[in-house]
Amino acid sequence: MFLKLGLLFGGFVGTTLGLPIVGYVLSPLARDRKARAGSWLSLGSVDQFPTGETRLSTYRNPGASAWDGDTANIACWVRRVDDNTFQVFATNCAHLGCPVRWFKQSGLFMCPCHGGAYYADGSRASGPPERGLFEYPHRVDRGTLQISAGEMPTPGPSAEASTDRPPCA
Amino acid sequence: MRVINAVADWFDHRLQLGAPLRETMEHPVPRETASWAYVFGSAALTIFGLQVVTGILLALVYVPSAGEAWNSLQALNHQVTFGWLIRGLHGWGSNFMIAIVLIHMVQVFLFGAYKFPRELTWIVGVLLLIVTLGMAFTGQVLRFDQDAYWGLGIGASIASRVPVAGPWVVDLMLGGPIIAGATLSRFFALHVFLIPGLLIAFVGVHVLLVLKLGVNEWPMPGRVVRRATYIHEYNEITHRDGVPFVPYAVWKDIFFSCAILLAIGACAVVLGPFGPSGPPDPTIIQTAPRPDFFFLWLYALLSLLPPSAETPILLIAPAVAIAALLALPFLAGEGEKSWRRRPIAVLMVLLAAVTLGALTRLGGAAPWSPSMNAWSGVPIPAQYVKGRTALERQGALVFQNKQCHNCHALGGDGGKRGPALDSVAVSLTRDQLIRQVIQGGGNMPAYGRNLNPAETNALVAFLQTLCPGGQAAAQDASRTQLESDARRD
Repeated sequence: MFLKLGLLFGGFVGTTLGLPIVGYVLSPLARDRKARAGSWLSLGSVDQFPTGETRLSTYRNPGASAWDGDTANIACWVRRVDDNTFQVFATNCAHLGCPVRWFKQSGLFMCPCHGGAYYADGSRASGPPERGLFEYPHRVDRGTLQISAGEMPTPGPSAEASTDRPPCA
Repeated sequence: MRVINAVADWFDHRLQLGAPLRETMEHPVPRETASWAYVFGSAALTIFGLQVVTGILLALVYVPSAGEAWNSLQALNHQVTFGWLIRGLHGWGSNFMIAIVLIHMVQVFLFGAYKFPRELTWIVGVLLLIVTLGMAFTGQVLRFDQDAYWGLGIGASIASRVPVAGPWVVDLMLGGPIIAGATLSRFFALHVFLIPGLLIAFVGVHVLLVLKLGVNEWPMPGRVVRRATYIHEYNEITHRDGVPFVPYAVWKDIFFSCAILLAIGACAVVLGPFGPSGPPDPTIIQTAPRPDFFFLWLYALLSLLPPSAETPILLIAPAVAIAALLALPFLAGEGEKSWRRRPIAVLMVLLAAVTLGALTRLGGAAPWSPSMNAWSGVPIPAQYVKGRTALERQGALVFQNKQCHNCHALGGDGGKRGPALDSVAVSLTRDQLIRQVIQGGGNMPAYGRNLNPAETNALVAFLQTLCPGGQAAAQDASRTQLESDARRD
């Protein structure tokens, strides 16, 4: 009788303490993505991106902590097609996330890991990637190029369902 | 001496561990098992001890913060007295541990030691292999450099492919939506607290089972394991022809463990610690991330699998492999133990070894990766431009400037992503060369948009000179026919 009561008491205490622990462990999931995706951060004046060129740009991760160090500095490729048309690509290869490099002369992005290659507009050229480069949502506001960022793009289902959540935002 | 005995007696009177310890040490083992083939398990345990000690020593200095970890590794390498040695011992110890665990596993498999009644010992051993690989991967992340950063990206990209739950798995793995401070903190917790806890628990059960069930006897062809009779037969072997573990068997374990420790020490001193490579700054994209040695086979596999098969194989194959290993003692719990009577078992080991060996070798060479600097750093061999026309030389320039050399080798140098082009004119006609360059195909990007007609013309003129040793250039058969028809008319 007392053993059963004791076990019941133990179960109650365990649940009371266990639920917050589960919440703590799952806390990386609970962040409000939409709030972050709605904010814009600047890559600087549009003038630093000449028309017809693709250049590396960097920004500070908007959700960075004070102890993130260099990992909060993120790079992206900015392609200026004409005066008002831009494309902003994640450096992460759409295959497994290695950093792709732009080769201006051949007009290709090449990945050093498994040999993926992309054309200047980010579309897949060859190799293991099953899709083109990930793009950031962007806009031009008062002469500055702004992007919505904060998430590492990955080739899983989340990146493909880009209608409600852009891959990099 | 008398004082020591008195103190020992004082403790033993309270702990009462002396008699059971002595009994354990002197328990009889089959005579043939006092063999050099039976030393790998104890060696793995010894290396684990080394890893615990050197790991604690590293934790005295290492800072598990994304902003500081790399700097603290530099301090360990260059400022802290013998810091480089402790890092070297820990890094090489990790490689040796995986190697010894694999050898131990192969030995156990070939000796049929997983059969009745040692099924659970094998199962716990499989779990030990998994947590050992887990230690290796998390340890590679704690060496928080460029390879660690992009390795995490690869891990997250694989995790993201899990159906439905992918994005959540990624967030839980990284501690957020991006590789950052939270990521390193949780990998530190995994590497230092969680996985070692599991490792110690599993090692405890594993060793306990070995002691309870006895060391597997030397397998003899024809001596078949049957559940009904095995325990009786084993007891007979150990009692009729057994020797006490200490000292008859243990000295070989001690010798081999010491030799392995010496080898790890030699590697650490001569070859030094691993990295760190460049700082974990994702804005430095001039990097070609590579995994540590024991994950090179996976890196190769990820490159060689057809894209459509990649996700299912990545997600299903590990589960199938682990399930097969766990099911093994239930599928083959009885029967022959000797490898001489188990040809399929031997073939499976050989197949696994050849597969992993070949993939590891390929992963080291990475022929599928473009040679990112070949276009500016590797010249075209002189004989390929000597005595050529101005147009052909111009084509050689196009070949370099358009980064063709990054994927195609000439004279043995350059990328290996595409075929070497030293004899391309022997197999492709002018028209075929133009088509391949402009439209691409067969894993080659199309260059139509990035070459103007003059550049294409020059490039193809250069490629047409590449038929070595006086071999005939490829000819379009229909064109030859047309020309001969025209001459006849």
